[in-house]
Amino acid sequence: MRNRTRFFIPVLAAGLLTAACSGGGGSSTPTGPAAGGAAGGGAAAGGSGGAFPRDETLYTSGTQWGPPANWNPLREWDFATGTKGLVYETLFMYDPNADKFTPWLAESGQWTGDLEYTLKLRKGITWSDGKPFTADDVIFTFELGKMETVPYHPLWDWMKSAEKVDDYTIKFTFVTANHQEWANHLYSRAIVPKHLWEGRSEDEVMNGVNEKPVGTGPYAYYSHDQDRMVWVKRDGWWATKALNKDVKPKYIVDIVNSSNEVAMGLLLQKGLDLSNNFLPGIANLVKGNFGIRTFYDQPPYMLPANTTWMWFNTAKKPMDDKEFRKAVAYAIDTKKIVEGVYGNLVKASDPSGLLPQWDKYVDKNVTSTLGFSYNPDKAKQLLADAGYKDRNGDGLVESPSGAKISLKLIVPAGWTDWMEAARVISSSAKAAGIDIEADFPDYNALVDVRNQGKFDLVLNNDKQLANTPWLYYDYLFRLPVQKLQSTTNFGRYENKRAWELTQQLDQVKPEDVEGMKKITSELQKIQLEDMPVVPLWYNGLWSQTTDSTWKNWPTSAPDAPKYPPTVWRNWLEMGGTLMLTELQPASAG
Amino acid sequence: MRRYFGRKLLIYGLTFFVAVTINWMIPRFMPGDPVSSMLSRANVAQPAAVEAMRAHYTAMFGFDLPLWQQYLNFWGSLLKGDLGISIWLFPTPVSDVIVRAVPYTLGLLIPSILLSWFAGNRFGAFAARRRWLDNSVLPVGYVLTATPYMWLAILLAWALGIVAGVFPVAGAYGFDLQPSLSWTFVGSLAEHWFLPFASLFLVAFGGWAIGMRNMIIYELEADYVNYLRALGAPARLVRRYAFRNAILPQVTGLALQLGVLVAGALVTEIVFSYPGLGHLILRAIQNQDFFLLQGTFLFIVIGVLIANFVIDIAYVLVDPRTRTGMGEAA
Repeated sequence: MRNRTRFFIPVLAAGLLTAACSGGGGSSTPTGPAAGGAAGGGAAAGGSGGAFPRDETLYTSGTQWGPPANWNPLREWDFATGTKGLVYETLFMYDPNADKFTPWLAESGQWTGDLEYTLKLRKGITWSDGKPFTADDVIFTFELGKMETVPYHPLWDWMKSAEKVDDYTIKFTFVTANHQEWANHLYSRAIVPKHLWEGRSEDEVMNGVNEKPVGTGPYAYYSHDQDRMVWVKRDGWWATKALNKDVKPKYIVDIVNSSNEVAMGLLLQKGLDLSNNFLPGIANLVKGNFGIRTFYDQPPYMLPANTTWMWFNTAKKPMDDKEFRKAVAYAIDTKKIVEGVYGNLVKASDPSGLLPQWDKYVDKNVTSTLGFSYNPDKAKQLLADAGYKDRNGDGLVESPSGAKISLKLIVPAGWTDWMEAARVISSSAKAAGIDIEADFPDYNALVDVRNQGKFDLVLNNDKQLANTPWLYYDYLFRLPVQKLQSTTNFGRYENKRAWELTQQLDQVKPEDVEGMKKITSELQKIQLEDMPVVPLWYNGLWSQTTDSTWKNWPTSAPDAPKYPPTVWRNWLEMGGTLMLTELQPASAG
Repeated sequence: MRRYFGRKLLIYGLTFFVAVTINWMIPRFMPGDPVSSMLSRANVAQPAAVEAMRAHYTAMFGFDLPLWQQYLNFWGSLLKGDLGISIWLFPTPVSDVIVRAVPYTLGLLIPSILLSWFAGNRFGAFAARRRWLDNSVLPVGYVLTATPYMWLAILLAWALGIVAGVFPVAGAYGFDLQPSLSWTFVGSLAEHWFLPFASLFLVAFGGWAIGMRNMIIYELEADYVNYLRALGAPARLVRRYAFRNAILPQVTGLALQLGVLVAGALVTEIVFSYPGLGHLILRAIQNQDFFLLQGTFLFIVIGVLIANFVIDIAYVLVDPRTRTGMGEAA
């Protein structure tokens, strides 16, 4: 009998102990990774038990889909939010709303010859370790691109050299003067310090973690954990003195996304100041009195960020027939997607597919004569004229040769808004007699078939707003078609003339808007006559803000800042950082 | 004794080998290619650059080798304790990612399994001889066990987290905190831990209580109990014997539960977005992170095997028949 009690006492003790440990065990663990963080920014922690004072902290979310894993500015697709923009800066800033370049690390830059660009750097900038920022750093950064695996390696196909004239002047010479692309490089490349990166091998440059990044920007690494990235404001940011600009929040805590529900909950509890999540139904919260705001206070609520396109696999029948493609374009009820699926959070695309910020490059004569819109009768007419007839009476057309047409439109499983949109496309196409079925493979499986050209129809919005519509034409028309098309021309559409024009467009100076328009007009003509791809709607720059702690957010109101209200990757240099300098503490009255 | 454990160890070794092999195979036969999806996230403009990067990463992760060689390499590095590099959290080693998540999972699982087992058994035994308890509380236990776990967890999160606002519903500690050994931080940890723990505890508790209650009632009607009673043994003594007999199936049940609860924690961690292993598994699948997926599964396999082994030993201690069996075999 006593034996039994003896056996159970240790069990009970173990149970209680583990119960006690689970609190303690959990607490001791995170100190592991954070201990390093505390060492990095320990001085700033003060005596407040490590907490961030609410009125000095900016909480953001919506960009990071996993724990912060590296701070390597060359890994533009998975570095921790803010690595480029908050720590590493670019030569220029580009404001897409105003279509304006602002010299940033650079003081000025201009083409000094047909194939020569001279860049002057700002003086008096230092890295966060105190070393001066000079021409050597810029040249070093561009020359890193000579490594084959660095994403901007292709720059060296058309750039000849980057030479130092003096400590603050650099002369770039080119083989081909790709003005548009070069302008894009000027505000996209994060400049890294030569004195710290010099000895790194190619593997370290591309695959290094780069803990404790040393940059020229307003913030420094503070700490990170599985579900957050914390930045702390750095003293002595050059722009404070040189441009009288100052970022207001002392800490930025970027919360890793777990789900829309969590983001919504945090937002409603005022635990988030800026959410860059796509939150369906947010319009109701904006209209109601919940203290949540978006850029516009009415549809479409968000600034446009990219276009959703529907690609035809032009290497397959019947998508190789432009008449058929046109008929499909007329058969899609985009309005239903905009209103029904998105509740007016997005806007239907212009027939050219160019974002509203690029409106000046749209040739209205071309889009009004060749442009398409939802018109099922016209779709049926086009089909009939091209010989597509319903031969077996099932209400769906067969191709002129009599072959049955049944196409699949693929979008990734789990992308609920796109899945819903694909269903709308499918039903409106069927109403016009075209058999399109929505299909939802796993994202990776979709990437596979898309790149290999084994799909019928696919939705894609990979290319973001940038300084030049050239980016979109490069995406649409790039040749030659490869075995794997991983980033451009998924439809394998071959049109030599269009690709020639795209290359010409690249070489037009950005200031020469008329010259650009002449080429874009021709490209639009080809695009609308051939319809290799159907532009559908503009995805928003998802952004919701609360005023409880910080105010003066960018909105459409006349006196408010107009920068993109976002910390999305590659958007900080498009105004995100400047947004931070405009913020004001809500308590300041 | 040696033979008993020898046989057990052999079985565990075989199970481990098969589990690890299957574990290696599954992600490789899933559709899609992790390097492709990584590069499509990279969204690099020039196809030329993409090709160079693809070659680089394919070689780096060893995907260019024939399958049998990848399999051998996998065992090779596994035996060296190297689980590879996470693709999703590049370039963090998989073992680091797991080590960071494991304390959260264990901190949830071990207390909830053991406490619910202990409390459930106690309560079940108690309920067996208190009619009012048997009639009032036990039906609640039935409802709890029968409730789909997912639903119960969401209900808890909604009621106590959103409506009452007592407990937070996401993360492991407050977003305004920095890990430290302060009361604020430990308090925040406990606050975030409570809901997921409570959901796991409640479901398991009901099951144990019902099992124990039924066993005790069955035992109290057994012949030896009647015999003891006839001899005039005190009721306390009778109950002790009955309890000893009734606990055996519960020990077996505990071993099984340990395996099942790992899966239970997966749902828990997703519902409460608690940063443990379950969360990792989901993300690893979504991001086609072979190495992370293998690492977490391997960890679970090892955990279940160890738990079972511990129970095997406990069985020798609590069940005299096992000891007799070993004696005969030897």
